[in-house]
Amino acid sequence: MTRRKPIATGSDWNFEVLEAYERAIAELAREYRLDIYPNQIEIITSEQMMDAYASVGMPIGYHHWSFGKQFLSVEQAYRRGQMGLAYELVINSNPCIAYLMEENSLMMQVLVIAHACYGHNSFFKGNYLFQTWTDASAIVDYLVFARKYIAKCEERHGVEAVEQLLDACHALQNYGVDRYKRPSPISAEEEARRQEEREAYLQTQVNTLWSTIPTRAGGQDAESWHDHENDPLGLHRHGRYPSEPQENLLYFLEKNAPLLESWQREIVRIVRKLAQYFYPQRQTQVMNEGWATFWHYTLMNRMYDDGLIDEGLMLEFLQSHTSVVSQQDFDSPYFNGINPYALGFAMFSDIKRICEAPTDEDREWFPEIAGSDWLETLHFAMHNFKDESFIQQFLSPKVIRDLRLFSLVDDDRDDSLQVEAIHDDRGYRRIREALSVQYALSAREPNIQVWEADIRGDRSLTLRHVQDRRRPLGQSLFPVLRHLHQLWGFPIKLESVENNDIVRRYQWPIPEPARESA
Amino acid sequence: MSYFIDRRPNARNKSAVNRQRFLKRYRSHIKRAVEESVNRRSITDMERGEKVSIPTKDISEPVFQHGPGGRRTVVSPGNKEFAEGDRLRRPSGGGGGGGSGEGQASNQGEGMDEFVFSLSREEFLDFVFDGLELPHLERKQLRVLEETRPVRAGISREGVPARINIVRSMREAHARRIGMRAPLKRALREARDALETEERKDPVLRNPSRIDELKAEIERLEKRIEAIPFLDTYDLRYNHLTNQPMPSNQAVMFCVMDVSGSMTQAHKDIAKRFFLLLYLFLERNYEKVELVFVRHHTVAKEVDEEEFFYSRETGGTIVSSALSLVDSIIEARYSPEQWNLYVAQASDGDNWDDDSSTCLELLDESLMHKLQYFTYVEITPHAHQALWEAYDMVRAAYPERFAMQQIVQPEDIYPVFRELFRQRSQA
Repeated sequence: MTRRKPIATGSDWNFEVLEAYERAIAELAREYRLDIYPNQIEIITSEQMMDAYASVGMPIGYHHWSFGKQFLSVEQAYRRGQMGLAYELVINSNPCIAYLMEENSLMMQVLVIAHACYGHNSFFKGNYLFQTWTDASAIVDYLVFARKYIAKCEERHGVEAVEQLLDACHALQNYGVDRYKRPSPISAEEEARRQEEREAYLQTQVNTLWSTIPTRAGGQDAESWHDHENDPLGLHRHGRYPSEPQENLLYFLEKNAPLLESWQREIVRIVRKLAQYFYPQRQTQVMNEGWATFWHYTLMNRMYDDGLIDEGLMLEFLQSHTSVVSQQDFDSPYFNGINPYALGFAMFSDIKRICEAPTDEDREWFPEIAGSDWLETLHFAMHNFKDESFIQQFLSPKVIRDLRLFSLVDDDRDDSLQVEAIHDDRGYRRIREALSVQYALSAREPNIQVWEADIRGDRSLTLRHVQDRRRPLGQSLFPVLRHLHQLWGFPIKLESVENNDIVRRYQWPIPEPARESA
Repeated sequence: MSYFIDRRPNARNKSAVNRQRFLKRYRSHIKRAVEESVNRRSITDMERGEKVSIPTKDISEPVFQHGPGGRRTVVSPGNKEFAEGDRLRRPSGGGGGGGSGEGQASNQGEGMDEFVFSLSREEFLDFVFDGLELPHLERKQLRVLEETRPVRAGISREGVPARINIVRSMREAHARRIGMRAPLKRALREARDALETEERKDPVLRNPSRIDELKAEIERLEKRIEAIPFLDTYDLRYNHLTNQPMPSNQAVMFCVMDVSGSMTQAHKDIAKRFFLLLYLFLERNYEKVELVFVRHHTVAKEVDEEEFFYSRETGGTIVSSALSLVDSIIEARYSPEQWNLYVAQASDGDNWDDDSSTCLELLDESLMHKLQYFTYVEITPHAHQALWEAYDMVRAAYPERFAMQQIVQPEDIYPVFRELFRQRSQA
């Protein structure tokens, strides 16, 4: 290939140069089969970037104090120089909106275009989680709808009432996702129309639930539930409601909370929908960043090889890239967990290496992909995995060795920590397993589900926490239960269950005698 | 596929509402911090914002989390010397060790217990003057003045071309066109229908004269429809402006201070801070605030700021000299019709024996009728003297517009200031 002239030199950028680079990157990206949404690249100032930050990556957000808090903390950190702003922010929408800061140098802008507009963008479009759980073409419309609706509620019911409701919903937003049901995409107009319909119907639905006596659930389950001692007449012999535990707390509240008004249900729904939109992002951090980093690295190198960028720019790029993918050791004062950029980049690069130049070890560990077409394999990995399964599937002994990963067991029954595995033959699989669990959402967040709503008795709502390896719930439990109580309107009970035994019970409001003894 | 948009000219305060919501929610925390800082820092640097910190636990957003305890496995990078099976001492103070994957405990000790952020100068002053008000702002605002300004006052049929309201004009035109066409169109449709039925008839039965008649009618109607103007002068609407009297939006603040020998530099500093607070407060309520500095010992003199605060003088004290100078300055330069007048006086309470009654007379007969508000602070740890008593009588006579307080230490300034300008209930 003939070396071409660099598109530009120096560190200043202008729109013509950016467009020229964007075209060059697009051309290369086609070669690498990166399938993307159209890009909408917006140049913004640092203040606007702080605004964008504060709305946690939503281009249009409803108003809430917590976003103000976010903004203030970003502003403070930025002003004091403790933190640089991210060079870019990219939104999973169609067209894919990417923000570029005007302060960035030319190299930075090119890097960001490659990273966000081709890396993240193709990930959003290709990864199965995003395909299943988000609808890129509807999100901006939905955000507009949500903002307008919440503003309307504030006008009608007061800012404070809406704020309290949002506080309560935010506390539960991680429990607002249907993990198994595919949601259907709808536009804002459609949403607004449906909202009105829902408003009318929903309320009657709830009333129906609470006014009719549930039909007797037959079968084993109801029978085993029946307490013959205290209820010989079988007054309480009926199925549990809900008959299956519900993992989507917000959905359950939206549909069943007895006292919520219809606008309140709609706001619960909005928070739930947005939580669902962010759900894939929480599960693909390593993959998403790794993929984008891999591609900016590959694309920048290609452009350098083709002569489109000069040495100066390349050096600047390498310096910046190196700091992005640096991993501090666990004992470093700057250690802040595993850097998802570093881990993801190392893994994707390693997959490429395994495909192109497999060693005997790789052939043993990855017989299917060793020696295969690297681009094909990379795309396969990007499309079909999330962090948890990606690590389980692709974390190679070489990456474990390079990062010198080790796993440590911390057991509160043991007065010392134990090194369970290190980067050796005996440890690879165990480390891979442990790291995979570490990224599993189900292990990171307590598993809490709706167990029973006592619709014939005191209307209390019982949740079940399936305790895992004796890890108890944290201190924030009671404030969350309080929020839950606000939504449900009747007492909340929570049981921690491990190995089918109830190990702890919590209740809100705290019963009087307990309060005295506490 | 890709396009660039330059968003830099767009508004940059998208988060302003959220920021205000946050400040409102934590109002009490912030107010406490602001009060502390006002007392701590010298009032001369009231001009900047303030860093405020709130305990993190007060503003946390709770979610379900794992607590410490149980059994957990943490994978970390950078193993140097550990081998499988090694046992390590649990790091002290770390509770249950690292978190799970994310949110490892911060190593930078600061910033975890306190949520720190900055208030802008405006926000800071908002909190400083929160709950304070200038008494009798409304009186002056209601007074009719010569000054007027044009304000929008709806839509009119007459006006100058520059004020045409295009949307309203087009709407009128549209309505008129619909209205005027409707009967013509109906007639036209009827004529056409009639013509059609006529033409469909058997050639023998046709009435040629009737057909001609209808054709002429159709032509006539079409012409008339066409003749309806798209825009008629009758349609035009103009934005109407009227002149509204403008409330006076300017104020003068007279700073009056005793500079006799008994006033030490410490006294003057206290006075200066008090004046500054008042100045900042007035500045927030008026577009324009002018300052007049009057100092006095036995004679009063109008001076500039520098001289007012820093030149040294000695001698006795005649307060009435200053008051009469203020009165004459008002006569000469600041008509009460156009200016909101404020007097702030600071003194250590000394006065020439007979003079206090003169002051009382001067205030009662002349000054108090012109002033918006008169504040007097006495900077002394000692017992009050004749001046205080005389002023006390003025206060009794004008309880709404005269206030006096005693300041002993610099720490009293802010509380005293708050007391002087406390929001009064409408009762």
